[in-house]
Amino acid sequence: MTEDPVIRLRGATKRFRSSSGGVHTAVHDLTMTVGRGEFVAVVGPTGCGKSTTLSLVSGLEPPSEGEAVVNGRPVTGIPDGVGYMFQADAILPWRTVLDNVATGPRYRGASKREARERARDWVRRVGLAGFEDYYPHQLSGGMRKRVAMAQTLVNEPSILLMDEPFSALDVQTRALMQDELLRLWSGTGAAVVFVTHDLEEAICLADRVLVMTASPATVKASFTVPLARPRDVERIRLSTEFLDVYREIWESLREEVEKTRERGGKRVA
Amino acid sequence: MSREGLDVQEAVTDAPAATTTAAPARAPLPDTAAVQRQASAARRRRRAGMWALRLLLVVVWLGSWEAAATWWIDPFFYSKPSAIWHRLVEWFDIGTQFGSVWEQILITLEEAVLGFVIGAAAGVVLGVLLGRSRYLADVLAPFIKAANAVPRIVLASLFIIWFGFGLASKVATVVVLVFFAVFFNAFTGAREVDRNLLDNARILGASRLQVLGTIVLPSATSWILSSLHTAFGFALIGAVVGEYAGASKGLGLLISNAQGTFDSAGIYAGMIIITVVALVAEWLLTMLENRLLRWRPSASRSSAEVV
Ligand SMILES: Nc1ncnc2c1ncn2[C@@H]1O[C@H](COP(=O)(O)OP(=O)(O)O)[C@@H](O)[C@H]1O
Ligand SMILES: [Mg+2]
Repeated sequence: MTEDPVIRLRGATKRFRSSSGGVHTAVHDLTMTVGRGEFVAVVGPTGCGKSTTLSLVSGLEPPSEGEAVVNGRPVTGIPDGVGYMFQADAILPWRTVLDNVATGPRYRGASKREARERARDWVRRVGLAGFEDYYPHQLSGGMRKRVAMAQTLVNEPSILLMDEPFSALDVQTRALMQDELLRLWSGTGAAVVFVTHDLEEAICLADRVLVMTASPATVKASFTVPLARPRDVERIRLSTEFLDVYREIWESLREEVEKTRERGGKRVA
Repeated sequence: MSREGLDVQEAVTDAPAATTTAAPARAPLPDTAAVQRQASAARRRRRAGMWALRLLLVVVWLGSWEAAATWWIDPFFYSKPSAIWHRLVEWFDIGTQFGSVWEQILITLEEAVLGFVIGAAAGVVLGVLLGRSRYLADVLAPFIKAANAVPRIVLASLFIIWFGFGLASKVATVVVLVFFAVFFNAFTGAREVDRNLLDNARILGASRLQVLGTIVLPSATSWILSSLHTAFGFALIGAVVGEYAGASKGLGLLISNAQGTFDSAGIYAGMIIITVVALVAEWLLTMLENRLLRWRPSASRSSAEVV
């Protein structure tokens, strides 16, 4: 990469005090960069430290060692221009769709009218026109993800962090949302870090796939995905290029998944 | 409608493209309007039956009490429904020996409501504050536990000495009772806020104050509201006990006076008035709750029983 990366983790380590009183290292000596406008998918076994990595980039957690740099500045607090879609539902159950999407602009000082206007536009863009006055509990899982997407994108982030955003959805809805994400992302110029444990999803979406080691997480390998854009995720899965890339990355990922499985016998997707 | 539009969009992918065989003919759907009419008729019958049974229970209870007090037990100690009724009529028609019964009710209500508002506000503020500050909560925990263990009803007597026989001593008793009921719920509500919601708000750009106002308070609202029901019960008890300990007006005075004159019908009559006041307050609080928690999936809607 010739120009400065927008995200750089250098030797980042994150330790947590575990509930038994010991110290648990979730991320160990992790170094990675993400370029401007690049779509990077991060895959790794469940529990290896993917979410923790995102929390270092977003400033929600400080690294125990090493450093996180976003837009050329060390991360202290939440950096400007960062959007984060969480794994679990994080939209406000007591606000309507429209007011949920307007939340970000309101926090950032927009007037109520202006915030709603921008929110209305995004509600429409994610395909929820007509649902402005619904409460989250009245929506399906896929629709709630759309609300979360609009809520994040209305702030026009230059860095978009996504933590297994679609993992709770059924297969059809997930494919639909993946297409939707690519459509909304194209042209924004935002850098994306998309965490998933679904390799297929990673390849469909990303320019580059990072494979994480079993816990504690470090970057094991990086693979470029040579698939042209715009992509149709339903179709692309069947192409031979896709299968070639899949096989190559799976070789690398499989070892880590098996390591995790042997270690804990814990649930591994 | 647009709602259906989107559902179709998501559902379209459900249908495998290859299904070209004609679907087997399905039995026609029953007329939904007729099904709904039948269901609501059944519901009405059920409700009517329930009310009839309730009425019967009350009649049997009051009837057996009246009969027992007329023929077997001494109504001097146990009173009887007709005597209680006469006492109530007397109070509302002629008045009590301390003035109009409405005046007594209003005095007690004033003490209860004033103390309730102050106690609930203090409970919410302190509860949310401590709920969000682990350190402060740890520091103050032993004091709060100790204060909560104090038999607070006894404080009513102390407050009479401190604040005299007027409004202030009763309000103080009510505040102390209400505060703890609300405090613990507000504390739990503020502490149990979904971590994801907090992180999400911070990412979206919320300041600390905005997080408190738009995430913590609304999250704790259902906890706080549910405590308000019991808290208002406590408020009435506090006011009555305060008056009982010493007052020149109020429902508590009516009851303590009835006790002093061995007027058991008067005690029951006072009890009934307090119960009615509590029920009305409960109803108002439920309305408030429904209004503030509109966003929640309502129990009645989700369990709408259409057979
Ligand atoms: N706030 C925390 N406190 C203690 N341990 C944590 C915390 N966050 C994550 N961990 C631990 O770090 C490890 C990695 O977690 P996570 O990053 O969520 O994994 P992944 O997202 O890859 O599934 C897990 O073992 C988890 O228990
Ligand atoms: Mg995770």
